[in-house]
Amino acid sequence: MEIRQKDMASAIDLKGVDVAFRLADGGTYRAVTDATLEVADGEFVAIVGPTGCGKSTLLNIAAGLLAPAAGRIDIFGQPLDSLNRQAGYLFQADALFPWKTALANVAIGLEIAGVPANEAEPLALDWLKRVGLGSFADRYPHMLSGGQRKRVGLAQVLIRNPKILLMDEPFGPLDAQTRQIMGNLLLDLWSADRKAVLFVTHDLEEAIALSDRVVIMSAGPAARIIGDWRIALSRPRDIADIKLDPAFHALHRDIWQMLKSEVVKGYAQSEGR
Amino acid sequence: MPRVKLHVLQGLVAVVLIVAWHALTTIPVFGKILLPPFFFSNPVDVAEQIVAWFATGVIWKHLSVTLAEAMLAFAIGSLGGILVGFWFARQPRTAAVFDPYVKMANALPRVVLAPIFTLWLGLGIWSKVALGVTLVFFIVFFNVYQGVKEVSPTVLANARMLGMTERQLMRHVYWPSALSWMFSSLHTSVGFAVVGAVVGEYLGSAAGLGYLIQQAEGVFDVAGVFAGMFVLAAFVIAIDTVVSAVEKRLLVWRPVVGDARP
Ligand SMILES: Nc1ncnc2c1ncn2[C@@H]1O[C@H](COP(=O)(O)OP(=O)(O)OP(=O)(O)O)[C@@H](O)[C@H]1O
Ligand SMILES: [Mg+2]
Repeated sequence: MEIRQKDMASAIDLKGVDVAFRLADGGTYRAVTDATLEVADGEFVAIVGPTGCGKSTLLNIAAGLLAPAAGRIDIFGQPLDSLNRQAGYLFQADALFPWKTALANVAIGLEIAGVPANEAEPLALDWLKRVGLGSFADRYPHMLSGGQRKRVGLAQVLIRNPKILLMDEPFGPLDAQTRQIMGNLLLDLWSADRKAVLFVTHDLEEAIALSDRVVIMSAGPAARIIGDWRIALSRPRDIADIKLDPAFHALHRDIWQMLKSEVVKGYAQSEGR
Repeated sequence: MPRVKLHVLQGLVAVVLIVAWHALTTIPVFGKILLPPFFFSNPVDVAEQIVAWFATGVIWKHLSVTLAEAMLAFAIGSLGGILVGFWFARQPRTAAVFDPYVKMANALPRVVLAPIFTLWLGLGIWSKVALGVTLVFFIVFFNVYQGVKEVSPTVLANARMLGMTERQLMRHVYWPSALSWMFSSLHTSVGFAVVGAVVGEYLGSAAGLGYLIQQAEGVFDVAGVFAGMFVLAAFVIAIDTVVSAVEKRLLVWRPVVGDARP
């Protein structure tokens, strides 16, 4: 029974999470209220919402980098009270070590865990090749484009083979074609060893094409999760092809109805401040 | 600008200045020499003095003494600056307690310490090293402190998420960041190490470039003073070239402003 229960536990389980930031003027800013979200093991969930609503904040909560003001977080059934050791986190902002080459940046994930450098480096090169950067191994981050840096970051996270993958707009700075290639790559990697993925994006099409569920957040302050859509499109998927599927269009139209009003609201709110 | 052309132009500046100096100290204008040689010497005398120093070999002793003092001051000052910088950056409470004293000590003109160091450490090299250390220490300290404090929060969060322990953070994050700040001030701190050595020698010693200049001044040997200054200038440029080479090697990962991508 015990084992069975463990198997059943969701990878990420947020219950009634509130997040408040203390402001410099002494007040508090309530970013997220009553966020309840479950990501099953092996499930791919995308979060979509207007800018500034608290998507990155939710990922930080799931990563254990930020403590909620209220509510609880369970990771595989265990309450999370410090860093989430099961998760790999691909940050929205630049997070590579600027003083390490692309190769060293990827290898460090293994070296930290005690793998000797001469074993870690061939594996890191392998991963760089997988994200299409085999010939950029010796470059320092400042010599890479924004999209190339994101791909190094992806390799850096995936080489550690985490059970949970938190991704914050990983394809943000990529062009449409590379986005598709990277999206398909991500799906390939994911289907090989189904990790639980929590994926933030501002691109609804991308969210639908990639995920099993799309979660919509309302505009802040006190943003809430206002929609949770199951994407019952068949797998394996090809990002380009699936966008031609009529079922895709129906889903996109329905979700966009809901999202549109929130985007307008979010914009108006941040303008008014 | 092409390299060769740049060097030609740089050389030209020196030639023009030396010719002007020579002309103004030897050729009368309206029956009057504008720069009296007693106060301004002239390039020929200065060059003769320099050649004499090198020909007899006396200069090597003085150069090596100054170099030794500067290197020791740099090494000890940097080591101290790194240790205290790290310590304060990682222990904000300690830093807060010592903050006013650090500011006071840094505001103190170091020259006033020279006689005290001579009193404590004698006329040998160590009193000069101590003077240099007081200058180098603060530059390195402030930069290391800043370097540890200014690590990007995202890079730090990433390092934590990748599973780094406190020791690994030190080695892979804080240390490289602190070093990069320290190296960005390498020219300044090396320069101050030399200044400390030369000023210390000037105020009381038996050897070194500062001593040489002070001796020449004592007998109104203006040519000797100028010769000493030129040797000192060449010495500083030689050290600076070495520093630039070291910097270029160690900071390959940093973007150079205006550096076109290859
Ligand atoms: N440290 C902080 N202090 C105060 N307010 C903060 C802090 N961090 C985030 N916020 C606020 O919380 C809200 C949510 O921020 P968050 O970064 O999660 O937005 P986001 O949904 O990721 O936006 P984007 O799509 O633009 O990345 C924003 O309004 C932001 O201003
Ligand atoms: Mg964000």
